[in-house]
Amino acid sequence: MAETITHSYLENTGRYKGILAWLTSTDHKRIGLMYMYAMMVFFIVGVLLGELMRLELFRPGQQFYSAQTYNGIFTIHGIIMIFTVVIPGLAAVFGNFCMPLLIGARDVAFPRLNLFSWYLYILGAAIALSSQFLGNGPPDTGWTFYAPYSIQTHTNVVAAVFGAFVLGFSSILTGLNFIVTIHRLRAAGMTFFRMPLFPWSLYATAWIQVLATPIVGITLLMVIAERWLRIGFFDPSLGGDPILYQHLFWIYSHPAVYIMILPAMGVITEIIPTFAQRRVFGYKAIALSSLAIALVGYFVWAHHMYTSGMSITARWVFSLLTFLVAVPSAIKVFNWVTTMYKGSISVKPPFLFALGFIFLFMIGGLTGLSLGSLATDIHVHDTSYVVAHFHYIIFGGVGFAFFAALHYWYPKMYGRMYNFRRANIAFGFLFVGFNLLYFPQFVIGIMGMPRRYFDYLPQFTLGHQLSTIGGFILLIGIIIMLVNLFSKKGVKAPDNPWGGKTLEWTIPSPPPVENFDELPVITGEPYYFE
Amino acid sequence: MEMNRDDEGAKLGMWIFIFTEILLFGGLFLVYAVMRNRYSDEFHQAAHQLNAFIGTVNTVVLLLSSATVAMSITAVRKGEKRKGVLFILITLLCAGVFLINKYFEWGHKLSIGLYPGSEMMVGLKHGYILFFSLYFFMTGLHVLHLIAGSIILTIIMVRIQIGSINAGNNVLLENGGLYWHLVDLIWIFLFPLLYLIT
Repeated sequence: MAETITHSYLENTGRYKGILAWLTSTDHKRIGLMYMYAMMVFFIVGVLLGELMRLELFRPGQQFYSAQTYNGIFTIHGIIMIFTVVIPGLAAVFGNFCMPLLIGARDVAFPRLNLFSWYLYILGAAIALSSQFLGNGPPDTGWTFYAPYSIQTHTNVVAAVFGAFVLGFSSILTGLNFIVTIHRLRAAGMTFFRMPLFPWSLYATAWIQVLATPIVGITLLMVIAERWLRIGFFDPSLGGDPILYQHLFWIYSHPAVYIMILPAMGVITEIIPTFAQRRVFGYKAIALSSLAIALVGYFVWAHHMYTSGMSITARWVFSLLTFLVAVPSAIKVFNWVTTMYKGSISVKPPFLFALGFIFLFMIGGLTGLSLGSLATDIHVHDTSYVVAHFHYIIFGGVGFAFFAALHYWYPKMYGRMYNFRRANIAFGFLFVGFNLLYFPQFVIGIMGMPRRYFDYLPQFTLGHQLSTIGGFILLIGIIIMLVNLFSKKGVKAPDNPWGGKTLEWTIPSPPPVENFDELPVITGEPYYFE
Repeated sequence: MEMNRDDEGAKLGMWIFIFTEILLFGGLFLVYAVMRNRYSDEFHQAAHQLNAFIGTVNTVVLLLSSATVAMSITAVRKGEKRKGVLFILITLLCAGVFLINKYFEWGHKLSIGLYPGSEMMVGLKHGYILFFSLYFFMTGLHVLHLIAGSIILTIIMVRIQIGSINAGNNVLLENGGLYWHLVDLIWIFLFPLLYLIT
């Protein structure tokens, strides 16, 4: 071992060269990047579909395409963004890339299964996207596939549903892999309460992936069987129950929101102590609140169904639980803010995105309370208020956290820096564009603008036009950010550009194939800033 | 690259996978519970149409196959390769018997037009439709798992024969056995719910 030359994981040393060397690699870092590249392609497609919707909604009446096309576009926008971008999201990209580094491991527990999950992801995404081009046109059910319409429509629902099923399988296997990795491969001396908080959030996420995804899997299979064989579980004309579909769907799809947001919270928890140079405040509270969110989040699904038909008792119980799940989220926000108190803050791009996250997530979270209470929900149910709330959490939360993580770990991933000034400008466009895009939707939602509508009354015109303008400012921000990161190579990055204390900063940038020459031994807490 | 073998980790992974399988079927058990509650009389009558004798035979066959898998594990641990292969072979034979029984059972129903979407079925009362839909969906999904399990056991059998599964390294066999017990376990729940509660 005296004369070992350590190669960076980006260099090809194995049997294959070029793209094959990537497609056959079981290195968690490469798999993370492969997820990221695929996800960015899907993200851009989803963004463009979103902009197409905003263009159509610029004025009342029909502008560019028919109402049926609009139905197809919002459905596919939802399917792409939910199932191929935000559900795998931060866990698949940064979980794969960073989690083994953060816990001091050489790889995940099952590297080949990890690569298999990526192939399942690509396969599922391909099947879901094929629904656009094959059969009788793109599905028009919305991403929720509500029965009985999803059983009756002649559009290509089966491909989209089956694609989602395969993507779910990929998600389960990733979750399984992460649970076993965290249990078995932590560095010597790293007890659970010495583990950094991003792995903690991934651990909670992985349990939701494993415990919730099978339910939607079987539900989607039932929808396919309904369409092909007329089994009648959800079809009232055969004695089935459409509300039962909604329950089964949301039993997964609400916890899925936590699959999306928990890793985002974990990333923010890594970034804030580094840029405030302070040990994280309330370490145990943040760690345990991830588990609390995973646990309570499992029992709130029916708050999507207050107007669908449920007993009064069921409604108030679900409302109560919904308020309860807000508590651990708030605990995290308070702890992040308190961590900054008396810190030595340096406002670099990752920190800026993290601040953006906190601001947008707070708006998203507080508007969620008015949706969680029974009386106010009746007023804003199925309006663009819900659309705005959802995007504040998922784009403002998960999306901005993704950008934060990208700017934070980019030097480690590529061994290069990027231009800070342009990254800050991109953030400005993203932040302003985002708020202009979605905030007016809260307002017109309260005024009564329904969601998923192709046309609207004249009084909503101003709101829609502001929203469309915001959409294009946001698009400019995305372009500036991606060009800044990926157009040309920046200067060489040091091993630890931000002064972080977690293990990934102790190894070279980019990391060697096996991560650590010698596995580290942990003797204290993860964030020991002076 | 040094290979890092972790049998505990492999078993933990398998147990988690088994949880997900149980939850997958859990969705169907939930639908069964809701529908049985709504149409309890019709479910009661429809269940008379199923052949409890074939169901019982299949239950016995699967229980036996679970026992032989467990015996194979013990045999391999003791280094008795020939017995290990033999017990897996008996397990696979049991799976074959199960499938043949299922073939006749389903074949009979299909021949009299009792299957989801058939003209006869659509004309029945709602409770009957849902009972038989659940019957086909649940046993169908179970059979798919049984076939998958048989393929896994076949691979394991070959590996015992060529010696890559042996007394010192048998976590794959153990995990295959766990999966087979799962297949058995799900049937143990399907059998009374569909055949016995009449």
